[in-house]
Amino acid sequence: MSKNGITRRNVMRNGAGVLAATAVGAPMVHAQGTAGSLRFAFWDHWVPGANAALQQLAQRWGAQNRVNMTLDFINTTGNQLQLTIAAQAQSRSGHDGISLLPWDPGTYASQLEPCDDVMSRLSAKYGAVNPVAEFLGKREGAWRGVPATAGTQTKPACVRFDLLQQHAGIDIRAMWPARGERGPTADTWTWDTFLTAAEACHRAGFPFGLPMGQFTDAVDWVGALFLSYGARITDERGNPTIRGNQELRQAIDYAVRLSRFLPNDVWAWDDASNNRALISGRSALIFNPPSAWAVAKRDAPQVAENCWTVPMPAGPRGRFLAYLPYITGIWAFGRNKTAAKSFLEFISERESAELCSTMSQGYDIPPFLSMADFPVWEREGPPVGTIYNYPLKAHQQATYSIAFSPAPPELAQQMYIRALNTQVIARIAQGGESMDTALGWLEREINNMRRGG
Amino acid sequence: MADGTVMIQGAPGSVANSSFRRFARRRSTIAFLMTLPLILVIGGLVAWPAGYAIYLSMLNRRMTQFIGLTNFEILLESDSFRMVIFQSVFFAVTAVILKALIGFWLAHMLHHLPTKGQRKWRGMLLVPWVIPPALSTLGWWWMFDPSYSSINWLLAIFAVPSVPWLGEPWWARISVIIVNVWYGAPFFMIMYLAALKSVPEQLYEAAAIDGATSSQRLRYVTLPMMRNIISITVLFSLIVTFANYDIVRVLTNGGPRDLTHVFASYAFQVGILAGNIPRGAAVSLFMFPILGVIAFFVLRGINRRNREEA
Repeated sequence: MSKNGITRRNVMRNGAGVLAATAVGAPMVHAQGTAGSLRFAFWDHWVPGANAALQQLAQRWGAQNRVNMTLDFINTTGNQLQLTIAAQAQSRSGHDGISLLPWDPGTYASQLEPCDDVMSRLSAKYGAVNPVAEFLGKREGAWRGVPATAGTQTKPACVRFDLLQQHAGIDIRAMWPARGERGPTADTWTWDTFLTAAEACHRAGFPFGLPMGQFTDAVDWVGALFLSYGARITDERGNPTIRGNQELRQAIDYAVRLSRFLPNDVWAWDDASNNRALISGRSALIFNPPSAWAVAKRDAPQVAENCWTVPMPAGPRGRFLAYLPYITGIWAFGRNKTAAKSFLEFISERESAELCSTMSQGYDIPPFLSMADFPVWEREGPPVGTIYNYPLKAHQQATYSIAFSPAPPELAQQMYIRALNTQVIARIAQGGESMDTALGWLEREINNMRRGG
Repeated sequence: MADGTVMIQGAPGSVANSSFRRFARRRSTIAFLMTLPLILVIGGLVAWPAGYAIYLSMLNRRMTQFIGLTNFEILLESDSFRMVIFQSVFFAVTAVILKALIGFWLAHMLHHLPTKGQRKWRGMLLVPWVIPPALSTLGWWWMFDPSYSSINWLLAIFAVPSVPWLGEPWWARISVIIVNVWYGAPFFMIMYLAALKSVPEQLYEAAAIDGATSSQRLRYVTLPMMRNIISITVLFSLIVTFANYDIVRVLTNGGPRDLTHVFASYAFQVGILAGNIPRGAAVSLFMFPILGVIAFFVLRGINRRNREEA
């Protein structure tokens, strides 16, 4: 042993030296290597290729900040995303951050990391946030997540301009041109005009494809209709405002009349039925994000070429646009919350939001009102400019809305999921109930939901 | 002294050792140890979730306060939930009766086929039961699709007006039952076929000698011999049908107007989608007493008959 210069004492001494060097050097190695890892679950986008925007952003941010990023995309078919959120909240384990559905920030408020710091920095840069996103995302005095661009949609009218011109005599492109101004006849785009057009198109064999079932598309457009008549079912505290509510009666009466000119199976339509109605060429108008048009572009180009997106019609109390945001939340039980916040801030920057909107062919709507000017909405076609009016713009003189606001989100969520607005219409139009009976049922259901809070 | 010390130290050890051995060798101990894995599985996967569901159902929406049976009280006062009770009972009872009748008829048909052909038919008739229901229901949904129903297309060939399968409440209820019967009838068929095969041939021969007609043979020989299997099958199917979720979820999502909801689909809507987990748990627990009462009477009948036969 000693002959070779290797003694037990030397080995021990050198070993101790190596251990000491490793111990001292460890933090340095750590700092130079990775700053940990983040795992996010995002909604799996309908639009092919749209997920790639978030993947690109995650890769870029991960490389800049030496964070290993993992993104999972979970779809809402079969409520997979909803189930994942509920399971992670119950087990207090899972992703660092997750796409939340509109009402979830309220439901899981106590388990979500407040994001006021992120939102205040973003608001300082980009101005006002969409009021509906604020209504949904700011719960118990704090932002419970960051309103997302990816997946967030509005539901204006996607119109077959050729059919509307031919059967109802309305030149919708002249009314809502692809530039920041209203056409000369834009003021006539009201629910009354809409009813006349619906009747004419129904008579011609191209009924409007408006769902009246219990899925989100139905609840959203009826919600916007109600608000445009000033029809509120509850006040801000959740007290029912049904008795003697003339606006509500007026809105329901209108919807019942309109339903006569819709296909007779709209009561069972889901969120894909209206898309199919448009793409198949059977329908002259639907309320939907541009996903239906995007699919038509691929599967039925002759239909897509004749589509034009315009704001929803106006009622006596104004014009409202159904808005359905995703909000990305960070679980309070997550391990790397600071990095998660930093990532959310990065993907909410204007450049990141624009990438999401562009790669989703204009589908994704950013939460900041100042970002309604991305060129994607001017460029997309055919016909070019078809989705110019998809995001809400100043000249539309409209307001973003979500059904059942201003009810407290805990109550509004239950009313929304139970689709009380379309159900009350269906009770009259399909079930043959009187207005008073249907409204009595509505009030009982709301009172029932409010109990046991 | 040294020996004594050894004895004193060794004695309690050997006594404890031998009593432990005796304890370990007792039949009840061995039986308990052998069933322990099963007890743990049942405890972990049945008793604990059931207990937790009961606990959840007694909390407020935010799960911060114990409110006793208030959730159940609220549910019973809701028009919509009373309709869910009606629909669940109507759905389960109608579907089970139809499945039992069709299964019985199919089993009889198969029983009278020659063995070679029987195997082929048996395999084919079991197919609906083998396909995952969520998948097969999707196929049915395409056939019932509000706008593009293939069944309506076929009806149109014969100038029959199209049927709003999923859009009109009673048609939607019927559609849900049709799919459940299509899926579940093969189970009844295979159970009844096994029971039919176990009826001794001599009984039929004796009945034939006594001049019994085919309906009399069915009434006085076949049915009494199959009584227990019919009861067990009906009970089992009733439990599964009451707890059905996938068919309603895929086909109608509870619509139109919440009129096709059953307990499970409504519990999911209220608990998970609407974010009221305690009330959703209360909805799902409503099945428990109903099924408990049915199970009690059915099993009591089977035990009574077994005692009489013994």
